[in-house]
Amino acid sequence: MFEKALKGNNYYWMWLAFLGFFVGIAVICYLRQYFYGLGLTGMSRDVSWGLYISQFTFLVGVAAGGVMLVLPYYIHNYKAFGKITILGEFLAISALLMCLMFIMADLGQPLRGLNVLLHPTPNSMLFWDMCVLWGYLLLNALCGWVILTAERKQVAPPKWIYFFVYISIPFAFSIHTVTAMLYCGLPGRHFWLSAIIAPRFLASAFAAGPALIVIMALILKRVANFDAGKQAIDKMVTIIIYAAIANMFFVGLEFFVGYYSNIPGHYHTLQYLFFGLEHHGHVYNNLVPFMWGFLILFVIGFFLICNPQTRRNNDLWLGIGCASIFLSFWLDKGIGFVLGGFVPTPLEEITEYYPTANELFITIGIWAAGFFILTILYKIAIGVEHEVEA
Amino acid sequence: MDKKRRDFLKVAGISTLAGLGGTAVVDRLVSGTHPSVANASGGHGEEHAAPKEEHAVQEAPKTGKRYGMVIDVKKFQEDPALGERISRACIQAHNIPEFPEKKDEIKWIWMTGYENAFPEKSTLYKDETTEEHQVPVLCNHCDNPPCVRACPTKATFKNKDGIVIMDFHRCIGCRFCMAACPYGMRSFNWRNPRDFITEVNRDFPSRMRGVVEKCNFCAERIGVGQKPACVEACGDTGAMVFGDLNDPESEVRKLLKENYTIQRRPSLGTHPSVFYIV
Amino acid sequence: MYDSSKIIPGLIIFVLFVTIPIWYNHGDAGAAPEIKLPQDAKACVRPTAEMRASHMQLLNQWRDEVLRDGDRGTIEVDGKHYKKSLMLTCMECHTSKKQFCDKCHDYASVKPYCWDCHLAPVE
Repeated sequence: MFEKALKGNNYYWMWLAFLGFFVGIAVICYLRQYFYGLGLTGMSRDVSWGLYISQFTFLVGVAAGGVMLVLPYYIHNYKAFGKITILGEFLAISALLMCLMFIMADLGQPLRGLNVLLHPTPNSMLFWDMCVLWGYLLLNALCGWVILTAERKQVAPPKWIYFFVYISIPFAFSIHTVTAMLYCGLPGRHFWLSAIIAPRFLASAFAAGPALIVIMALILKRVANFDAGKQAIDKMVTIIIYAAIANMFFVGLEFFVGYYSNIPGHYHTLQYLFFGLEHHGHVYNNLVPFMWGFLILFVIGFFLICNPQTRRNNDLWLGIGCASIFLSFWLDKGIGFVLGGFVPTPLEEITEYYPTANELFITIGIWAAGFFILTILYKIAIGVEHEVEA
Repeated sequence: MDKKRRDFLKVAGISTLAGLGGTAVVDRLVSGTHPSVANASGGHGEEHAAPKEEHAVQEAPKTGKRYGMVIDVKKFQEDPALGERISRACIQAHNIPEFPEKKDEIKWIWMTGYENAFPEKSTLYKDETTEEHQVPVLCNHCDNPPCVRACPTKATFKNKDGIVIMDFHRCIGCRFCMAACPYGMRSFNWRNPRDFITEVNRDFPSRMRGVVEKCNFCAERIGVGQKPACVEACGDTGAMVFGDLNDPESEVRKLLKENYTIQRRPSLGTHPSVFYIV
Repeated sequence: MYDSSKIIPGLIIFVLFVTIPIWYNHGDAGAAPEIKLPQDAKACVRPTAEMRASHMQLLNQWRDEVLRDGDRGTIEVDGKHYKKSLMLTCMECHTSKKQFCDKCHDYASVKPYCWDCHLAPVE
């Protein structure tokens, strides 16, 4: 089916070239980092994880978000999602590949990555994260491919594939739960040490993932003559609304616990993220604009996808609304959550993190590589769709 | 079609249950690494009396030893130059690089403010000594080390003498241990350290870029019957005393019996093996 | 086959290209390196043939015994005790990394990472 990705109009090739350009820059930047070391990033012994791991964390959520299509379609037989379930599965594949690239970019000794398999360590959450991420990636690749092939041949998918489809549902939940467990099981990092991290991750994932799928469906409608169907889009927006509310509710609970209990460890990071934290006469606040951006974008996006005028009558407003929600939750989880957790340090000092240009270009390049893969996968899926229709 | 759908639902139910079961297994595994009996946490001084529990992740056979250290903060106040001496001794013994930029910093043992070392023990009105003097901090060689729990390759592990140690050959540089250490005692080789080692000790290797490092309680020295470099640098001041916490006759245990001591963040249940006389 | 006139020559060019090292060296492996053995030491911890074939396994075994198991027991050869250490035992006799290690490793094109951390004797 790959030949479908080899035929496209000029815009298709221009878009791929555009993404390829950033991938190329990232490759050069990565080689620089590979030969110099991670010192080329803005990370330090105090903020030992930076953009790479925070993007990884967010993208695991995007990957898990695809299950919001798979679950209603296969468990509840919600037919309207039939056409776009493949979009969710393919989004999961490209998001997971981005995750793996971010992990590799973050390793100090990438060539030793296989040590995780050679010396399996079940007490490490990273080991389990590797298991579920690879598992979910393979499941999505398998299910997506088999079902798409069957659709192309216009036969029913083989029965055995449903076993893997159903397995993939708990896997989707597990990838983000285990990713949350990377953080919420660490003693002494108060901001992360909260039982609500896993549900909060899932909630923001189930908003951000479908939001991206809606954006993609709206774009595909314009550029690829692929109509996901009004009913499907509308149902997805409903899912996004509830998941987004759940996420904000959980964020609010964190605020209540932190500020009402007034225990310094519980509110210091929130203070740092949203208002700036004073320490020895200096106010540290480099993430404050991002966090307020998170709140403002949420309000804008929420209004746009709730208000019937903007939600149902205008694709552009709906797209902007979903993009706002996506960006908002990216700021929340892809920036604030991971970077904020390192402030203050265990030695009650504050080190602020600023990514370097090299690091930013690698990050942008991995995102571009992900969208490159996504474009090709969607091209194949829609090519098959058109072939069947024709 | 409907019948088929019902079959799907059955499979779905079973696989979901399997998924839930899987999470339970994970939870079991995680909780399995915690001490089965909670030690007297929350408090401070008492803890040193009960370090006998054997738990935490372990691969080497136990010798029954648990090396630990008692640091007399007063001695460091009496001799302000002592702090510099011990960290220099460590830097020389272990080929620790000294970078011009703070961002690249690597340190094993260093002096820090009392409130930085013991953030839970802050007071509004500090006595003069607390305000002015510094205390040495180093890896606590916890009996229940969170870093060992986090490491995905067993590159950091607790050895048979209770020392939490790094296998630099195996470390993949994921820095999970750095996030897991609640004391901030781990450093990462952000760049090649070779050119930044001022005085080379040819009996001990350096590190390569991309691996995590930290205090190893001088495992290479105590393995051949010597004292840790920092303890040796203290001379006979008695500012730092090293020994087996599981041996009731050892000097460290004697000191613990005679003095009121505190540990860093005992409420986290890591059971540090470094004690401070304040 | 469609486009066989393009595919077959293409395949041949590809095969020739990836086998360049073989054509270039035309089966000649080059002269095996001569290694300078230590002058003053007569015996090694293991027989020469065994060391030649499996010194890397031995080093890994020593590494794991010393570091991971904390077993710092010595090895006795002809009444002399040796530590299990690359820097403090091997390189005591084989005083030149360039003459001893690198010669063969370069020839065999292997790049062990020992010396990224361990300090080679001053030459």
